Amino acid sequence: MSKWIDVCHIDDLQPDSGVCALVEGRQIAIFYLPRLNAVYAIGNFDPFSEANVLSRGMVGDLGGQLMLASPMYKQHFNLQTGICFEDAAISVPAYPARIDNDRVAIRMSE
Amino acid sequence: MNTKQTLVVIGNGMVGQHFLTKLVESAAKDHFHIVTFCEEPRAAYDRVHLSEYFTGKSAEDLSLVSADFFAEHGIEIHLGDKAATIDRQQKQVTSAKGVVIRYDKLVLATGSYPFVPPVPGHERAQCLVYRTIEDLEAIKAAAENSKIGTVVGGGLLGLEAAKALTDLGLETHVVEFAPRLMAVQLDDGGGAMLRHKIQALGVKVHLNKNTSLIDDGEQCLHKMNFADGEVLETDLILFSAGIRPRDDIARACGLEIGPRGGIVIDNQCKTSDPHIYAIGECALWNGQIFGLVAPGYTMARTVAADLSGTEASFTGADMSTKLKLMGVDVASIGDAHARTQGAMVYTYQNGSREIYKRLVVSQDKKQLLGAVLVGEASGYSTLLQYCLNGIELPENPDALILPQRSDESVGLGPDALPASAQICSCHDVSKGQICGAIEAGCTTIGQLKSATKAASGCGGCAPLLKSVLDCELIKLGVEVSTDICEHFPHTRQDLYNLIMVEQIKTFDDLLDKHGRGLGCEVCKQAVGSILASYWNDYILEKPHIGLQDTNDTYLANMQKDGTYSVVPRVTGGEITPDGLIALGQVAKKYGLYTKITGGQRVDLFGARVEQLPLIWNELIEAGFESGHAYGKSLRTVKSCVGSTWCRFGIDDSVGLAIELENRYKGLRAPHKIKFAVSGCTRECAEAQGKDIGVIATENGWNLYVCGNGGMKPRHADLFATNLDKATLIKYIDRVLIFYVRTAARLQRTSVWMENMEGGLDYLKAVILEDRLGLADELEQQMQHVIDTYQCEWKTTLQDEQKLKRFRHFVNSDQADDNVVFVEERGQVRPANVEERKHFKLIEEAA
Repeated sequence: MSKWIDVCHIDDLQPDSGVCALVEGRQIAIFYLPRLNAVYAIGNFDPFSEANVLSRGMVGDLGGQLMLASPMYKQHFNLQTGICFEDAAISVPAYPARIDNDRVAIRMSE
Repeated sequence: MNTKQTLVVIGNGMVGQHFLTKLVESAAKDHFHIVTFCEEPRAAYDRVHLSEYFTGKSAEDLSLVSADFFAEHGIEIHLGDKAATIDRQQKQVTSAKGVVIRYDKLVLATGSYPFVPPVPGHERAQCLVYRTIEDLEAIKAAAENSKIGTVVGGGLLGLEAAKALTDLGLETHVVEFAPRLMAVQLDDGGGAMLRHKIQALGVKVHLNKNTSLIDDGEQCLHKMNFADGEVLETDLILFSAGIRPRDDIARACGLEIGPRGGIVIDNQCKTSDPHIYAIGECALWNGQIFGLVAPGYTMARTVAADLSGTEASFTGADMSTKLKLMGVDVASIGDAHARTQGAMVYTYQNGSREIYKRLVVSQDKKQLLGAVLVGEASGYSTLLQYCLNGIELPENPDALILPQRSDESVGLGPDALPASAQICSCHDVSKGQICGAIEAGCTTIGQLKSATKAASGCGGCAPLLKSVLDCELIKLGVEVSTDICEHFPHTRQDLYNLIMVEQIKTFDDLLDKHGRGLGCEVCKQAVGSILASYWNDYILEKPHIGLQDTNDTYLANMQKDGTYSVVPRVTGGEITPDGLIALGQVAKKYGLYTKITGGQRVDLFGARVEQLPLIWNELIEAGFESGHAYGKSLRTVKSCVGSTWCRFGIDDSVGLAIELENRYKGLRAPHKIKFAVSGCTRECAEAQGKDIGVIATENGWNLYVCGNGGMKPRHADLFATNLDKATLIKYIDRVLIFYVRTAARLQRTSVWMENMEGGLDYLKAVILEDRLGLADELEQQMQHVIDTYQCEWKTTLQDEQKLKRFRHFVNSDQADDNVVFVEERGQVRPANVEERKHFKLIEEAA
């Protein structure tokens, strides 16, 4: 089933920055962009450094696409698709995320 | 007088639309009035990326047609109306809604339909196919009350469909008739690796399964019964067992059809009726149906050319493909199965990284015939170029698939490709066309995409396109913009002045007034640094958090495995035995690796985020404070032991070093700043290799500026001599703030000096003679920074809210299980790849 999983309160998030959540055994990086009043979720594992660090990167946009810059070697990943800007052949998982009643939820398979 | 002929296009899918686009760009556009029928309720959309509909893309995002395309080109489109019959005698098309259009030329782009095997029970509810947006909506609706979904067909489309089911949150099964996944594109080894990887993602794969009956399930809606007696219960079934050409309308009007379907076409894509063309998946050329979009596009271009009187022909297509299936890279090139006579095969398999690569080469090992890549497909573009252009292989072809262990690149540089080499196969763009566009002024991938359409199809050629672009730009010597990034049309110095003049206190305010978009890591860090230099607010205040790089965010230095190192301040390199003991005890307690730094302090490595506050509590308790090793700020003031102990010492270098370090600690700057103070001209502290160097003389202090060690060493310039301490400090205040105000982003003082107009003499005039009348202001600003100094760790430890950040998970107290240490020379270090594998095996066995 398509399942929304409650993760945390919106106050647990960092504005214009990320946190990492453990959801169903997976490490998920969640980013909160107050300007867009939106949250985005991608895998926390950085395929370039092979370390669980993406939640600690910086967010923004490049060429109109929302992005995250890895804190390790600074590759950029699309926040909505997980695809790497520098190498479209590389991507991280992207998950639908939402804020509902001040609670943050992400959707993933059971 | 209207002399235009009428051209009717049946079908507005990807290929139909590509044809229209090419036609209106061609000379033929003035000769035809164009009418097109589109059975679906919306105009052409991107079927290749259909599964993205489930990961957030809307039907609008997937659209391939701008809203005004049809109106702009005077094309009459009948949306939601299917062409029903063709009368070749009368040369007219009649639609389902009864519209009748007379044609002079007719193009069939009717595409294909998903093949549903005639298994008894295939018409039950929630037995669906995967081709249109309406199909997706039906799948979405069915998924709402389903737990388990099954895809029949383990080919390329079947696996795409399986991804869609997992995105919808279903337990997903794939049932394949053949003994491996993607049987057409992959060999046994590649198929097995793909299966392994997909199963690891939670999809259950059933091979060699022939479904014989679908009937009622016990736990689920359906039960699939296989010929081998096994059964599978599922709530939703998606058939994706291949495609069949939609040739019914052509068949009904008597056009020649292949024995297994498909509208027969010649090299001009003409059917057996010279007034009728067929393109895309409905067309049969040389006994072949082409189920990829690129050959369909080639056919579309061929017909557009033929109608404008240009010679063109379709002579088959390369069916090489690269895609990402459920995040797994898969590519297949040419003769993947090594069916060519005498073909030789190389394979590389990496079990730990789950990579499989296979090269098929000619008997003489000179030509690449085919390849299979699973798990890692970055070499696809290079291999495809070898294959398509017949480029002679290197002496050891296996180098192309073996991991690169050194810096030596085995890839084909863009320079090695001929101008005729096709870079983008979707839109048939050659390297020559791309170079032409670059010469005509394109400097970004975005511009190249719109100018040439390259990389705007499947996107697989994007990395190659980028390397061609970079290579050509370098050749053209293109000047680099001085804008800090795309979000601000300003240099760092401009931004500094704007913040100062307009008294701007936050990034958001600056962005609203002078920028665009959301910002990026480049401008955010630069502005964060400027705000910190100018206002000296606590950097983890809410408006500033997002401006900090991870080192500043966690007030520690990130290392390669995601742990951090901790460097307490040891002013002037002077430390008490109790201080040393305290450092040792903390390191021991938290299992940290310790090393003495070049700046005369101790670095403690291997701290996890959740340990940082605990470690700092103890360090602060023992009298330490933040060393700002994580910031672009003052690092250390190194010193020799000076006149206090040294037989040759002239003055108290340690005392001055401590005073200077305490004065400037916490000052944020465009880059890190290092000082040193030597007690005599023997220069044991190496002050002339520092941003600010001070050397004692018989008559006072000599000040040196803008030196550097590191990548490009630079001896510091002697700036002023025989200074008393008050004057020395005044000058340093002024130099530092002038640097903070005027340097470029991440520019060390050495480069700042080298790029300064007027150089050393100018800097002397500004600082020593106050030529700009800025001296007081510079000193006042420094005084502000000094007065507002805080130990960032002390502030952080007092704030419960801020401490919440220091845990790996926001919703769990667990630690990151990917951090693994091993012991070496009596201390810990991060495990390397081999060791990590071993560790995982032990863990799994336990």
